[in-house]
Amino acid sequence: MALLSPLCGALLAAVFGKSLGKWFTNSVTILGVLISLGVSTLLLSILIEDPSQVLNQSIYSWMKIGELEFQLGFLIDNLTASMMFVVTFVSLMVHIYSIGYMKDDPGYHRFFSYISLFTFSMLSLLMANNFLQLFFGWEAVGVMSYLLIGFWYTKASAIKANFKAFIINRVGDFSLLLGIALLFANLGTLDYISIFKSAESLSNTSISISSSLNVSVITLSCILLFGGAMGKSAQMPLHVWLPDSMEGPTPISALIHAATMVTAGVFMLARMSPLYELSTSALSFVLIIGATTALFTGFLGLVQNDIKRVIAYSTLSQLGYMIVAAGVSAYSASLFHLMTHAFFKALLFLAAGSVIVALHHQQDIRKMGGLYRHLPFTYATSVIGTLALIGFPGFSGFFSKDALIEAVHFSNIFGSDYAYFAVLVGVFVTALYSFRLLFIVFHGEDKFKNNPVKEPSISIVIPLILLAIPSALIAWPTIGPMVFGDFFTNSIMQPSAYDLFGFQFTNPINFLFHALKSPVVYIAGFGFITAFYLYIIKPDLPQKISEFLRPIHNLLLERYYFDYLIEQGIGQSFKKIGNVFWTLGDIRIIDDTLVNGIGRNIHTISSKFKKIQSGYIYHYAFMMILSLSLFLGWVIFITIEPS
Amino acid sequence: MLLNTIIILPFIASLLIGLLGKDYLRLNYFIALSSSVILFLLSLYLLYLFDPLSNEYQFQTQINWITQFNIQYYIGIDGISLPLILLTTFITPLVIMTSNTSQKKNLHQYLAAFLILESLMIGVFSSLDAFLFYIFWEAMLIPMFIIIGVWGGTNRIYATVKFFLYTFLGSVFMLLALIYLHFKTGSYAINDFYNADLSLNEQIIIFLAFLFAFGVKIPMWPVHTWLPDAHVEAPTGGSVILAAILLKMGGYGFLRFSLPIATEGAVYLSGFMIVLSLIAIIYIGMVAIAQNDMKKLIAYSSISHMGFVTLGCFVYLYSSNDSLNLETTNLAINGAMIQMISHGLISAALFLCIGVMYDRLHTRKISDYGGVITVMPKFGALMVFFALSNAALPGTSGFVGEFIIILASFKINAWIAMMAATTLVIGAFYTLWMLKRVIFGTVVNEKINSLKEITFIESLPLCLLATSILAIGLWPGPLFDLMSNSINALSEFILSKAS
Repeated sequence: MALLSPLCGALLAAVFGKSLGKWFTNSVTILGVLISLGVSTLLLSILIEDPSQVLNQSIYSWMKIGELEFQLGFLIDNLTASMMFVVTFVSLMVHIYSIGYMKDDPGYHRFFSYISLFTFSMLSLLMANNFLQLFFGWEAVGVMSYLLIGFWYTKASAIKANFKAFIINRVGDFSLLLGIALLFANLGTLDYISIFKSAESLSNTSISISSSLNVSVITLSCILLFGGAMGKSAQMPLHVWLPDSMEGPTPISALIHAATMVTAGVFMLARMSPLYELSTSALSFVLIIGATTALFTGFLGLVQNDIKRVIAYSTLSQLGYMIVAAGVSAYSASLFHLMTHAFFKALLFLAAGSVIVALHHQQDIRKMGGLYRHLPFTYATSVIGTLALIGFPGFSGFFSKDALIEAVHFSNIFGSDYAYFAVLVGVFVTALYSFRLLFIVFHGEDKFKNNPVKEPSISIVIPLILLAIPSALIAWPTIGPMVFGDFFTNSIMQPSAYDLFGFQFTNPINFLFHALKSPVVYIAGFGFITAFYLYIIKPDLPQKISEFLRPIHNLLLERYYFDYLIEQGIGQSFKKIGNVFWTLGDIRIIDDTLVNGIGRNIHTISSKFKKIQSGYIYHYAFMMILSLSLFLGWVIFITIEPS
Repeated sequence: MLLNTIIILPFIASLLIGLLGKDYLRLNYFIALSSSVILFLLSLYLLYLFDPLSNEYQFQTQINWITQFNIQYYIGIDGISLPLILLTTFITPLVIMTSNTSQKKNLHQYLAAFLILESLMIGVFSSLDAFLFYIFWEAMLIPMFIIIGVWGGTNRIYATVKFFLYTFLGSVFMLLALIYLHFKTGSYAINDFYNADLSLNEQIIIFLAFLFAFGVKIPMWPVHTWLPDAHVEAPTGGSVILAAILLKMGGYGFLRFSLPIATEGAVYLSGFMIVLSLIAIIYIGMVAIAQNDMKKLIAYSSISHMGFVTLGCFVYLYSSNDSLNLETTNLAINGAMIQMISHGLISAALFLCIGVMYDRLHTRKISDYGGVITVMPKFGALMVFFALSNAALPGTSGFVGEFIIILASFKINAWIAMMAATTLVIGAFYTLWMLKRVIFGTVVNEKINSLKEITFIESLPLCLLATSILAIGLWPGPLFDLMSNSINALSEFILSKAS
């Protein structure tokens, strides 16, 4: 029901939308998502009442060959239910928001059916009880993302971005598929529960990569599965598609590229926790990739001038935080951050969208300034989102980020020191770029005195307010059970809270005071002060700093040359190799030399032979005599034994 | 009797059309279309009567034909041939339906050629006598030769000669092998060949002889270069039949002849076959990226996808620990079969799409297009769907076969699976890059603006294909149920002979 209602909404909107008008399209899709949200809430409340009511049910047999059977089905436990709630809630907000945001777009109906279809795909990914369906949902959300990034298909940059996004995601999926195949080859099933049950028996099995190298099956499959997460959750070095995906409409950036799809990788790590807990080396790998992403993509946010790209780099960095938390086995903290991030990042994106609409699709922050007078609601909600993002004490992001940093601090697996350093510096960078954005856009010189800007329509403002509330407050009631309690015990396998965090949790207020003892808040505060100094007090200074640090600034502007490397290095070489194979291999060697060459040779030889058939009697007579004597010679040669 | 009717019906219809001549254009079209649709319904009835639980040949007819050589008219079907017959009878009406969207001289002959071809193709899939099989196999070349040679493009003579020589050369070797097997067994029944007592060397030579015929047909690297040329010159209908059905005969031949007859030869050469398959998947995939002609691109994509069929046919034999596994064998062969069916549907759809564009703009060059979706939104949406299926998107039929074959290969060797799985990236690259340049983007070519949206008669085949692609992708279960018992019998037979 939860799954199918967005699908029905999407289909109805796609088929009848044009003829029945916009009001029909948006009401039918919103109704679909609303039903879905209702059912998700119901499931969540049932599971909170009684965590043992986990639903694990197969729907139909996808394929059956002999004994082997792949079934599609649902596994709904606390992990799934809470993710479903987050996804459908954000999706509903984005649906409502899009009524206003997309109202003048000719692709209105297409847009609504796409986002409903996306919601369907995302839910089927979350609700899967086997790897086959996970892969289904995984690729389906990728396609929806492809179609939505390229929503404005006449825009050259948009169709370049969606092509890039799909190909890079496919690289991740390639790894995911091999991970699935490796598990299947060793365990003979794709069902989550059976794999988790028998996974322990694999801990001593290893697979030989080459004659001298043996790798444990669990470690290898965990790393391969994580490869999929690196694509979808945009971890370095597969992160390059996410900033480019901002070419799509802003509601999409909020829904897909901030709150839901990009967190699929984090969700998968949590879902696979029984596997990851068996391999410390895989966890270290996860940790190091996550920490690198968290730190280095944050720096890139400092130099961007496109309002959406700043937020996109912030998303990358926050995804890194979530992956880091999973890397130190604190899956609950990772999911908790996922949830709070979904709210405040969707809020920030939608607020940015509101600015963009108000300024008639202007995205360059250098052309903005002093907007707080004109857009009071957008400003207020942006401030809430920013405070949540940097982890201001009391806001939701504070609790989630602090909990996960505590876990990293307390962990001692390989790479955790580096990760701790990375996330602490990351906190400073986050505060710096967030307030840079806020100050440049909303404060400073008022550039719109003469042509006043108006707050966009009500359907844009309502979702902002509805998202601001959980961004500020959601952590207070939820941190206890989700991070430190037993909310996830029926779905995630992780060490006890005390082993992860090293202290006893009593209530959120105590946690708040405990966290004030850690450096995190002060680092963030320092970031805020720096931003305040640089962009309010001395607005000329950033320019000078960037000139002073020209090489670093260029490195950041060029995004560490990753994009260059991937587009020029890999993309172009694909085309070049293809060309060489074609012109040299197929045309020159096979066709010209072998196929046509044989044809030519036969032609030449036969034209020589043709001369023999001259029609002159004496030629034939000569040939007869010649062949007769040859034949006789041969007969004599074989019959006379050498004596 | 039903099966005989199915084989003979299109032939009768084509005779009728031939007798009527070119004056009755609409009547000819009606006869061709209705007879092919009736044939499809009959084949559905065949499916209804077919018992998927039995692994015997069903609907058998056995009549002595040339008694001196013990040649029989012996036909029958099992779970391997029935899906391919259904594919044939499903695709042919679609081709006939769209045959008059572009101007053609002597349309009645065109229609008759396709109907004759349909008869022969069904004949190939249902022959149980090797000689009968060979006759159908060779006869098939004639209508195809005519279709390309008469209604083809400017360079059609080169293409037809190349097509004919290649396939003919291949089948001569097959004929030699069949005659040799006849001398060994005194019969031409394929079943008797299965139990022929052959030494390893004989098996290797017979396997290679078959490989010439089937490898050219499917086609495998390096004997594949006739296919892009043939596709480029063929009219739309010819390309559709060629890609959707004729290529499948190679795969069918491997399953019906090479594997059960020359099993030990296949085991001996399995490494070689896997290497050729991987070359097809990777190398040909890269070549597809470089194409600037849409038809060539799809032709190379077909070769690359057929690499999965050959991989599925042979990968399970390459077992390092001497323990051939029935489950892996079943998985791989089922994967190969479903890959053939799926590719039949997807490539047919893509060639029809290119035909739609070609009819309007008379060019196949990618650079002449761009932004087609802005003027033809419905067509664009369908094309995007087919392209994604070609890139093996889960939920479409393109995914099922490749997924299963990759799973089976991984059980044999992780490296083989890894190389095969690169198709995920390469396949997406060439298909979506074409999509980007043809369907999306701004309209640069002014002629694009004058394009008309597809008509009902053009969109109907595409919608039918899209539905079946989606149905197989979401629920391949029934198709597997249809095939798996026959395949299981085949696998058991292969494994019993191999070990």
